[in-house]
Amino acid sequence: MKETWIILGASSSMARALARALAGRGAGLLLAGRDLEDLRRTAADCLARGASLAEAIRFDARRPETFAPLIARAEREDGMISAAVFVGSMPEQAAVDADPPLLEGVVQDSFTGPARLLQMLAPAMEARGGGTILGVGSVAGDRGRVGNYAYGAAKAGFHTYLSGLRSRLARSGVHVVTVKPGFVDTAMTWGLEGMFLVASPEKVAADMLRAAERRRNVIYTPFFWRWIMLIIRAIPEPLFKRLSI
Amino acid sequence: MRWKETEYTGWGRALRARGRLARPERLSTLIELSAESPAPAIGMLRSYGDVALNSGGRAIDMTRLDRILGFDPESGIVEVEAGVNIGDLGLTFAARGWIPPVMPGTGFATIGGCIANDVHGKNHHVAGSFGQHVAEITLLQNGRRKTIGPERNAGLFRATVGGLGQTGVIASAKIRMMPCKGDMMVLTERRIDDWEGFLSALDGTRADYAVGWIDATARGGALGRGILEEGEITSGISPGRGRAREVPFDAPHWALSGPVVRAFNAAYFRRVPAAGRTSVKPITAPFFPLDRLHNWNRLYGRRGFHQFQCVVPLAGADSLRRMLERIADSGLASPLAVLKRMGEGRGGYLSFPMEGYTLAVDFPNRPAAVTLIGKLERMSADAGGRIYFAKDSLAGPERVAEMYPDHQRWLKEVRKADPEGALITDLVRRLGLREAR
Ligand SMILES: Cc1cc2nc3c(=O)[nH]c(=O)nc-3n(C[C@H](O)[C@H](O)[C@H](O)COP(=O)(O)OP(=O)(O)OC[C@H]3O[C@@H](n4cnc5c(N)ncnc54)[C@H](O)[C@@H]3O)c2cc1C
Ligand SMILES: NC(=O)c1ccc[n+]([C@@H]2O[C@H](COP(=O)([O-])OP(=O)(O)OC[C@H]3O[C@@H](n4cnc5c(N)ncnc54)[C@H](OP(=O)(O)O)[C@@H]3O)[C@@H](O)[C@H]2O)c1
Repeated sequence: MKETWIILGASSSMARALARALAGRGAGLLLAGRDLEDLRRTAADCLARGASLAEAIRFDARRPETFAPLIARAEREDGMISAAVFVGSMPEQAAVDADPPLLEGVVQDSFTGPARLLQMLAPAMEARGGGTILGVGSVAGDRGRVGNYAYGAAKAGFHTYLSGLRSRLARSGVHVVTVKPGFVDTAMTWGLEGMFLVASPEKVAADMLRAAERRRNVIYTPFFWRWIMLIIRAIPEPLFKRLSI
Repeated sequence: MRWKETEYTGWGRALRARGRLARPERLSTLIELSAESPAPAIGMLRSYGDVALNSGGRAIDMTRLDRILGFDPESGIVEVEAGVNIGDLGLTFAARGWIPPVMPGTGFATIGGCIANDVHGKNHHVAGSFGQHVAEITLLQNGRRKTIGPERNAGLFRATVGGLGQTGVIASAKIRMMPCKGDMMVLTERRIDDWEGFLSALDGTRADYAVGWIDATARGGALGRGILEEGEITSGISPGRGRAREVPFDAPHWALSGPVVRAFNAAYFRRVPAAGRTSVKPITAPFFPLDRLHNWNRLYGRRGFHQFQCVVPLAGADSLRRMLERIADSGLASPLAVLKRMGEGRGGYLSFPMEGYTLAVDFPNRPAAVTLIGKLERMSADAGGRIYFAKDSLAGPERVAEMYPDHQRWLKEVRKADPEGALITDLVRRLGLREAR
């Protein structure tokens, strides 16, 4: 079956790893994001590795006018349409504390922008009766922590959105996976203090594709973050608020 | 771009550096870095010593710039970002009938590293060095892009190929690929009984790929015994890639001690039947025999190891035999010892290859081995040969100019390219390569 994937935030190294894996099985790829020069290079790479189609397309989560042309491009392909969402931004919490309007950007990049796009895309996927959405959230969305709660709140919103979308689309055969990575070795985390158990982007991409194949609903990647987050969520609020994790 | 303060090492792990690393994922970030804080580029750190280390300074990790940018099936020219691994390139194209014409003994070297050390493969006698197949390089100098090639900016090109990263950051390159029949190799292995036998077998080989494994612990009449591997690329059905394995921790110091190595080598020698044998394997197996065991360098323990590699002209074969004698007498060698005949091919002013014989031997990092390697280096220079910067971690500056007669021409280009010395690495400092002599 022919498959075309919209990849939002395709300049992320996690997205690149996923695109490469998809290219290897001959999928079509619409690589969406702001840095077109970079996306064109990834498109060339995907074509060399076997993609049946690879195009760089402008997408800015903060500019909804870029959404419709992207969806229209996908609809020109027949077969199944799928989407993987990697957009997100994580300014330091201290920066948001000092400049509250930054919060809006974080929410647009990590939650409302991609959610609105998926909302617009959903009917096309329903009509074709299949396809997968891989939505990248974060373990940071599982609990608001003092060091990272603006980003965490946006991711929590995105998780909740994906959970509702999953129920809606399940009715027409479209599957939605919520992906919660722990620490991943990307540009976002390079050189940050306090990183541990850092996973490679290729590992995350492989986990995502396996989850899509097995129709998992919510995954943690690497898997052990499920247990770590179980513990973190179990800490009673009176104690949690005094911790600095 | 954020900088990460970290400790990193060459493949031998005997030399370490602390410094700050940036790891750009996009060309625009790389250009910015090159403009604002020029620093040497590093690849997969598969060089053994300190050629890719910059203690106390900065370096740019190129491994995330690893995309194939285009391929022209008419000319066979592929354009790649400098961080692409050579093995990845080989695997991606071999099934379609093209391979990189030169591949070193590890698939984990980047294209940038292959150019900057002008690496050679088991087919050097036929195909020459890597740099001879580079059609174009996009070089970044203080944020400015420069296109260079064998004809265009030829001087700078020859200073960049084999130039240890001293002329700028290689952002991408065009490589002339070689047509191949498939992604399998017919491999013939033969026992060789002694030194003279080895030289004549290497001189007489007609195979495209030829390399000798040598038992560097064998002495007396068995001195120089080993196994000659000869290969040709062919088509066939690959049994699929096996799973890679990891060495999970540093091995204890006795793991590669004299008796263990002697026993291992004797068994390894007898593994090949006296009458020889021929087999067909996926090309990754003979090209990259060690890559299936990730982190095998940890077998040498915390203290790490050194590789000594030299090349001597054909007429210096006798000195090479004396070197092997010293090594065998010392009982310090590890199982990894390689003998090969090289052709003339070299792509740059500081390229390692010369027509002759090259010998490479690994030694655990011990004081006695350090002394021995010093002797071997002097013997190489005395024989009119040279040592390989990609492997060296111990030499001093004294005899570099003698071993590398084009050093001055290289230096002239490098001084224009990097007048501030922002790209100097630990090896370049140690060997005084940026100083006139
Ligand atoms: C198991 C094994 C087998 C090997 N077999 C062979 C062999 O058969 N033949 C052979 O010739 N070598 C061989 N080598 C050595 C290896 O091929 C070289 O050291 C190669 O340069 C390593 O590439 P790298 O990407 O790891 O580069 P690094 O080791 O990280 O860097 C090497 C040099 O290249 C420079 N450099 C790297 N990237 C760039 C860039 N983008 N722009 C400018 N400069 C750059 C660095 O500054 C440094 O000077 C072997 C190594 C191993 C571990
Ligand atoms: N790294 C981790 O440890 C980790 C852990 C958990 C979850 N995550 C999540 O994983 C995803 C990928 O992150 P990463 O680590 O690979 O970091 P990254 O390289 O910073 O990736 C983020 C991506 O989002 C894009 N983006 C940001 N704002 C955008 C906007 N307004 N419009 C369009 N694109 C926008 C960026 O594109 P531009 O090129 O345009 O900037 C970039 O491609 C993110 O959602 C992140 O939150 C990461």
